[in-house]
Amino acid sequence: MTSTHAAVELSGLTKTFGAVTAVDGLSLRVEPGEVVAFLGPNGAGKTTTIDMLLGLARPDAGSARILGGSPADAIARGRVAAVLQTGGLLKDLTVGETVRLTANFYRHSRSAEEVLERAGITDIADRVVGRCSGGQQQRLRFALALLPDPDLMVLDEPTTGMDVEGRREFWQALRHDARSGRTVIFATHYLDEADAYADRIVLVRQGRIVADGTTAEIKNLAAGRLVRATLPGADQAALAALPGVDAVEVRGDSVLVHTSDSDRIARHLLTRTEARDVEITSRNLEDAFLALTTDQTGA
Amino acid sequence: MTTALPTTATDRGVQADRRPPALGGFSPAALRIELRRVLRNRRTLAFTLIMPAVFFLIFGLPQRGQQLDSGNSVIAYIMVSLAVYAAMVATTSIGAAVATERALGWSRQLRLTPLRPTAYVAMKVVTAMALGLIAVCVEFAVGAAAGVRLSADVWLLTGLGAWLGSLVFAAFGLFVGYLFPAENVMQFIGPILAVLAMFGGLFVPLEVLPDVLQHVARFTPVYGVGELARAPLTGDGVSTGAIANLAVWTVVFAVGAARLFRRDTARV
Repeated sequence: MTSTHAAVELSGLTKTFGAVTAVDGLSLRVEPGEVVAFLGPNGAGKTTTIDMLLGLARPDAGSARILGGSPADAIARGRVAAVLQTGGLLKDLTVGETVRLTANFYRHSRSAEEVLERAGITDIADRVVGRCSGGQQQRLRFALALLPDPDLMVLDEPTTGMDVEGRREFWQALRHDARSGRTVIFATHYLDEADAYADRIVLVRQGRIVADGTTAEIKNLAAGRLVRATLPGADQAALAALPGVDAVEVRGDSVLVHTSDSDRIARHLLTRTEARDVEITSRNLEDAFLALTTDQTGA
Repeated sequence: MTTALPTTATDRGVQADRRPPALGGFSPAALRIELRRVLRNRRTLAFTLIMPAVFFLIFGLPQRGQQLDSGNSVIAYIMVSLAVYAAMVATTSIGAAVATERALGWSRQLRLTPLRPTAYVAMKVVTAMALGLIAVCVEFAVGAAAGVRLSADVWLLTGLGAWLGSLVFAAFGLFVGYLFPAENVMQFIGPILAVLAMFGGLFVPLEVLPDVLQHVARFTPVYGVGELARAPLTGDGVSTGAIANLAVWTVVFAVGAARLFRRDTARV
């Protein structure tokens, strides 16, 4: 019945702090079931956007809707849950008590045992929160977010401060719990996380969306791909004249084409020339990220 | 499409009940955890349960055998006074705990749950009154063990007076808690409470203070509560001044706390 609503609908969100415009007319629609990475450097406006999405900050202009309703209503109904950097925990409760206490605030919630298990912290249920590591506290916040079995999960830099193993386990736990149809939005400045866990990447810089697409599209958008083939006597000028070609290099029998449309170049090479051993390699996301988020600074 | 949707229980068979919680999330189970947490806090126990009892043993016991005009013992007077003190420290500390929870970011974490801010405050008040009741009972138990003998109705009325009067200080604690988002707020409220308790006649009878201070004391917030709680013991009755004092301070702290609370919840 709610399938006609977007999971998240942000329209023209704007927020300024003094002279600084943190979020600048940002609009975004996320469909149910999407896993979206909100990728950008520190200070890009990711956290402010998430605060407005959850109703924790009031936009100066624009609006945020969750599953067709207000953020406050979505929270009251347990349809959205979040893991935020700023959410504090009571140091003198145990991990288990914190979960049981929070479970009581919902009309219906999963059992404390179940979410502790899913967050991978059953073994520290009796530990006082003040004696937990940063990573363990983050797992606890995650366990709390799992309580209502939300339709939308929002995570703001959830693995900050975790080591590589901790990050891997965290994402594994998130994956493991993701039932079909759950929408996930996470902010991160770890490129590999966006690359590995998101279906869609929204790249933000200075409070605006500078790119929005699948991981592959984002990579392609900024840096394109490299098509390499063995083609003795390649016609460099003819290749360079094809649409979407940025540069052509000839090294002996090899030809290297930098392009934003590798499919077309590969098709051309394979159907119109004698090229063999065609390889397509993509520049990694880091290159795309750097290109999109830093090329215009100071401009 | 969305008109008839009492619950979405049929949506996916095991779909969760998506209605907001009853009573804004206020629940006895959450209260139990909250109270257990409070009773585990050594600092709270030291200041609300142990210290007043020790005061009684140090300052009260030497007066054993002396009598008030009403025929009741002086140590009973001291016991009731210290019960008022214990209860007010207890309720203030729970109310002021919102400062700690705001400083830690817990109140922000709670805003990600369906718990309504009013339900949160209601739980703080109930917890404060529960600790206040325990504080009064502990002080009375120590008194009884040390030889205080009172009739059942005087035990009950003085106990109720000390306990219910401490509601004013639950409001005071909340007021302070919303005013200063500091983790260690009780460290500077503690001494303030002690001064107020002295002006309320909880540590020494007001009659021993200089005239000017006695006069000022009648306008301070503990005076009304102290008079109310001790009235059944002294047989003096409660003066209109004491009742007015209690009423005015209750309104001042409750309104102050409510205003700051609204400011806090409106700030999104």
